[in-house]
Amino acid sequence: MTADPRAADHGAAVPPVSSGHRAAVPLDPSLAPPGTRAFRDAGGIPADQWHADQDGETLVPTHCCFCGVQCGMYLRVDRGGKVFGVEPRNHDINRMRLCPKGINAYQQVNHPDRLTAPLMRRSRDEEFAEVSWDEALAFTVSEIRRIQEMYGKDAFGLLGGASLFSEKTYLVGKFARVALRTKHVDYNGRLCMVSAAGANKLAFGIDRAGNPFSDILLTDCLLIAGSNLGECFPVLTQYVWGARDRGASLIVVDPRETAVARTADIHVALKPGTDSAFFNSVLSVIVEEGLTDEEYLAEHTTGWEEVKAKAAEYPPSRAAGICGVPAEQIVQVARTFARAPKAMAWHARGIEHHSQGVENCLTVINLCAATGHIGKPGAGYGTLTGQGNGQGGREHGQKADLLPGGRSILDEEHRRQICEVWGIEESELPTAGTSMMEMVWQMQRREIRGLIGICNNPFVSLPNYRVVKEGYDATEFHAQFDFFLSETAANAHVVFPVTTWAEDDGVMANAEARVVKHNKAQEPPPGVRTDTWVMCELARRLGAGDKFAFADSREVFEELRTASRGTVIDYYGITYERLEETGGIAWPCPTTDHPGTPRLFEDGRTYHEDGKIHLQVVEWHLPMDPYSDEFPMSLTTGRTVAHFLSGNQTRRLGALVEQTPRPWAEVHPSHGFRTGEPVRVVTRRGSEVFPALVTEAIRPDTVFLPYHWPVPTSANALTIDALDPRSKIPEYKVCACRIEHASELDTVPSPPVAPGHVAYPETQVSRTDPLPPTSPQGRGTSERS
Amino acid sequence: MMGRTIFIDPGRCIGCQACVSACRECDSHRGKSMIHLDYTDEGRSVASLPTVCMHCEDPVAPCAEVCPADAILVTADGVVQQADTTRCIGCANCVNACPFGVPKIDLGAKLQLKCNLCYDRTAYGLAPMCATVCPTGALFYGTVEELQAERPGVQVADTFVFGETEVRTGVAMVVPADKVQWPVPGGLPVVEINGKDVRR
Repeated sequence: MTADPRAADHGAAVPPVSSGHRAAVPLDPSLAPPGTRAFRDAGGIPADQWHADQDGETLVPTHCCFCGVQCGMYLRVDRGGKVFGVEPRNHDINRMRLCPKGINAYQQVNHPDRLTAPLMRRSRDEEFAEVSWDEALAFTVSEIRRIQEMYGKDAFGLLGGASLFSEKTYLVGKFARVALRTKHVDYNGRLCMVSAAGANKLAFGIDRAGNPFSDILLTDCLLIAGSNLGECFPVLTQYVWGARDRGASLIVVDPRETAVARTADIHVALKPGTDSAFFNSVLSVIVEEGLTDEEYLAEHTTGWEEVKAKAAEYPPSRAAGICGVPAEQIVQVARTFARAPKAMAWHARGIEHHSQGVENCLTVINLCAATGHIGKPGAGYGTLTGQGNGQGGREHGQKADLLPGGRSILDEEHRRQICEVWGIEESELPTAGTSMMEMVWQMQRREIRGLIGICNNPFVSLPNYRVVKEGYDATEFHAQFDFFLSETAANAHVVFPVTTWAEDDGVMANAEARVVKHNKAQEPPPGVRTDTWVMCELARRLGAGDKFAFADSREVFEELRTASRGTVIDYYGITYERLEETGGIAWPCPTTDHPGTPRLFEDGRTYHEDGKIHLQVVEWHLPMDPYSDEFPMSLTTGRTVAHFLSGNQTRRLGALVEQTPRPWAEVHPSHGFRTGEPVRVVTRRGSEVFPALVTEAIRPDTVFLPYHWPVPTSANALTIDALDPRSKIPEYKVCACRIEHASELDTVPSPPVAPGHVAYPETQVSRTDPLPPTSPQGRGTSERS
Repeated sequence: MMGRTIFIDPGRCIGCQACVSACRECDSHRGKSMIHLDYTDEGRSVASLPTVCMHCEDPVAPCAEVCPADAILVTADGVVQQADTTRCIGCANCVNACPFGVPKIDLGAKLQLKCNLCYDRTAYGLAPMCATVCPTGALFYGTVEELQAERPGVQVADTFVFGETEVRTGVAMVVPADKVQWPVPGGLPVVEINGKDVRR
């Protein structure tokens, strides 16, 4: 045993364990999150040499497949080469910590529900039949050809996912443009953090968080806006508590009293959909009280005068009425944030899932800029990515308007550069397509007739379920790549069984824009292929095989590095070997001896040509689904700690199902419900019955639904498909609703279709089966003898 | 005071149940979790805390004291072990005796199950699985000095009072520094026995 147990472990491939790859410990040990020193100093056996009593067991260093924190972990592999467990890993990001999803993630690798043969049917009236790969691929290619010959190239669409490795997201973009020649490609990160991306691009000219997680430990004031950080990113709480231990103030802006909000110095429980009014108002107080950093503003920003003038229109007296919070609280937030020597703002879907999601993020950036809290240790901004590769998934051309390296598909020079890498004529490269939700509308209108979905489950994750179902049902051909039969895959004509994250190599970029390497831990089951292989084989059969001659992820990554060279999102200096040595490198990293860029703007310059922050004026407006006497309350949605996104992966894992078996409707006691009673939540798009979770931890005018379940308990059967005009993110976090007492046999007629949308059949989305016993709901049950 | 042990800090708990899942993964229990999560103020707050075996020191482990089969061993370093499966008769005396409500009975196997401080890990210098993964540090494994070095000013308690009985434990609780109350009240007051309100 030669490795120092106190050193953070970055995990070269194991076995054999190589001490040679363990030298670099980029974090200052004094910044180590609390609660870990004892562990590191324990002097025992380092985790990578911990074999318990499992004779022949090996540990493969990798990262979690779920959220954007990307915790390091080891997968335990038995003598037969099968993943059978997990062991914590002392990686910089998580320092051994894991959340329940991470601990249970390995169980999906050899889960009995895994798809192990292609499924196929020629029409949706038929049952699926297991077929050979050749038959499934041949049918898919013939359908692609038929649809594109009859209706044009753009009649076929491709929807990717941000849980894919970056190599695969790169291939999705290339496959759409080079093999399918369609402009219609987008991804489910569109439902995640594109609002933050849009805002960051507008203000800073770069689309990523400004600071690493470790900066949270150095801050004096932490503002968390619209993030249930405790449940969505549990491992990050160690950074929050570490900051609190050092005396930092904690401000949480959220309509619910979440686990982190419970401990905050200031919890602003504002009305959903009023974030930009609130942050404008905070800025107005900062200006009013002379707490701005005028020197910083003059030197490093443009547009300040206009922003200041607009903020003045939102004095606390006005914003308090809009947001439903005390005016004094707004003043208190302004003083706490602006007076702190170092302050940081982190935000997530709570302010981004809105029809003004980009603008909400811009108002937070305005706060950071006005107080000079940018680009310093402990001062800056960040956005928390929901999906494992939410950051990396949009960097290399999977997004409708982007080419690899974040290049614009509308920019002539950018197009020329990529065509050179791909070896195609510029005239062959399609132009910009539409966003994910817009593609579904196009499917509804039969403008898109065929679709391939990879690593996504829109039947649960997109808003306004009936529109989504109608859109998908209208397609003439639908293929889906997945390793479980998701609700969306169940609608397809062809389902390709593909690998889990543990069966392939690849990289992901986490919420800090730190690129990390995932390692293959076991061979895929017989009959299962990698997404890379399937895309390359389809491309070959479509006649573009020479452009897709990739044997494995490494070869794709080498092309990706080259394709990103010279852009803002520069991966050229990142190699698989460097990632294994360092535990992750933040881009931009232009050369192989460049250390990466964990913190942006340290030289005071942004990525705009003038080097300045382009501040943007924001006017608050009402959410898109109007309140009325009939629908007076706000419906908001979010995650639970035990489940991930559409639940396709986590709803199959026993421990997580046991922890949170079903959704619930969180309501305030003032409505007269008792916990467990059936409550009907009604919006303009439908109604559903959930067991009530009665708690004072939510605003009386707001109802919360977790969104991980399909109909008949699907939050997204009720949410509105209104989009932010810039980022095209749906407004998941607020729509008008009412709640009613329900009984198990109670049914109500389906509400009218929301104006502006295509009429769809009156399908009542409502459960009629008796409710299961419901005590205690949602937040788990105590286990006792 | 106590040596290397678990410290429970309810102020940090986010109710995520990573400890529950991790405990299930620990090799010494093979698929069963020995931790449960309590909600202290349900309906009003999301406050929660994990309950692990407190490894009572004085009086020495009530569960072990009442065991008619002498199945519960207390090691020299104060770890109250899970009942020895070759001796346990599944009588549930330990369940009734524990003031913290920790031991469980596997009704099918008629065997007791309980946290044993992950002796398979701690013997090698590693922290118990629950404290290793706890994403928030609500479960911390180390010495009190190590805890205080990382959380300046933190106060802990290892003595709890149940009615007239005091119990000193091997596992400690973090208590609010400005409200140190000694000993810490343990459990809820008894208000009802067999349907009768005993407060009257």
